Amino acid sequence: MRLRLSSNPLLAGSPINKGRPPFVTRNPEGAGRSSLFVRSAARRARSGSILLLLVVATVSVTILKAAETDQEVEARKAALDLAGAFSNDGFKMRDGHWCGTIKPHEHALIAVNLYAGNQYWFTAGAIAPAMKLAVNVYDETGRQVSTEVYNAGEKAAAGFSPTSSGQYYVSVGLAEGAESSVCFVYSYK
Amino acid sequence: MAKAIRSDSISIPTPGELFAALEKPGKPNWAGQYRGPVSATYSNRAQIALNLGGLIADGFIAVEAQDSQQVKNIGTDIVKLAKALGVSQNVLSRGNSINEFAEDSEWDALQEELEATQNEVKSSMQTHRDQDLIILVSVGGWIRGTQVVSASVMQNYNERAAKVLRQPALVAYIHSKMNDISPEVHDEPLVKEVSNQLVGIEKLVSFPPAKAPSVDDVRKVNEAVGKIMDEIQSKEVK
Repeated sequence: MRLRLSSNPLLAGSPINKGRPPFVTRNPEGAGRSSLFVRSAARRARSGSILLLLVVATVSVTILKAAETDQEVEARKAALDLAGAFSNDGFKMRDGHWCGTIKPHEHALIAVNLYAGNQYWFTAGAIAPAMKLAVNVYDETGRQVSTEVYNAGEKAAAGFSPTSSGQYYVSVGLAEGAESSVCFVYSYK
Repeated sequence: MAKAIRSDSISIPTPGELFAALEKPGKPNWAGQYRGPVSATYSNRAQIALNLGGLIADGFIAVEAQDSQQVKNIGTDIVKLAKALGVSQNVLSRGNSINEFAEDSEWDALQEELEATQNEVKSSMQTHRDQDLIILVSVGGWIRGTQVVSASVMQNYNERAAKVLRQPALVAYIHSKMNDISPEVHDEPLVKEVSNQLVGIEKLVSFPPAKAPSVDDVRKVNEAVGKIMDEIQSKEVK
């Protein structure tokens, strides 16, 4: 299902602004599934079911590794690290994600369905040799929409509040660096 | 754009996202959207999957209502239906977590746990080669969520809230996924009926981007999804 687009005029020429971080990370371990899992584990430990949890976790990790490369897992961790910061601002992170590989100056285009009134952060993470990611958002007609931008090398995010519900497209591109695994998650509030 | 990446876990919003948008103009009467208990005795796997999705949406409603007991009740029902599908122990553990988070009124954590439960169910279905049922969980959740939102908008109409019902591409995507499922499941009467009715619903939610649906538009959506929900909830398929 991964799509690689090259030289697509629709996606070309999207400037990345080095905006200031719109938040302060107060949760060094990241947020979302990871920290929730830890909290859940603590509760299970108290109820004496930690052994079962460990077995389950092992199975889960095995399945995960079968589905994703180590590089993709690292890229996902990078994306979750950044997205976790938005959680401190009340954003809820979706449990779903997309991981793949992108080449320099190519983009992955991901379809999302958004609701007017909500605020969204679309976050991408990659690992070396990726050096700079670009995240942009397009409406259903293919017109680029204005977003708040956060860029920190191999992590990048775009914030957007749609005034119209419907389908949008998020492009994740590699602006600088060499071919790398990349992972995409999003948050809403 | 037609070849953009689409997946259940990214392209289909959770009921929580829909409800978050509905809340922006003003907090709805979430408890007023509760429904009676869902049967735990369905024998048709497709019907169980559809109802499981609907129940997860009910869980999000109870979380929005910040009703611990209702969350726990729904968590118990989710586990019962999940067991009927023979899903993994992971899902059953999620049921315990839902109870614990509800006990502690951890509403944000509950939202995440409900979505994680839904994904766990889907993952388990994948493992058990029940791929055809995966989209049905999403369908059940979307239909129940849309039923609740359209009912709420009808009760206290305002244009801003009504705009959340515009989702033609989402319905088209769900419908296309249903067309991909195996003929033996797709040809089951309930699944066929849901699939057929989605065609009409796609038209009903295809409002122009800048225009809010009228009360009458919302009523039509509510009636259409309500009809499917009744079928999903009450019709025992052979």
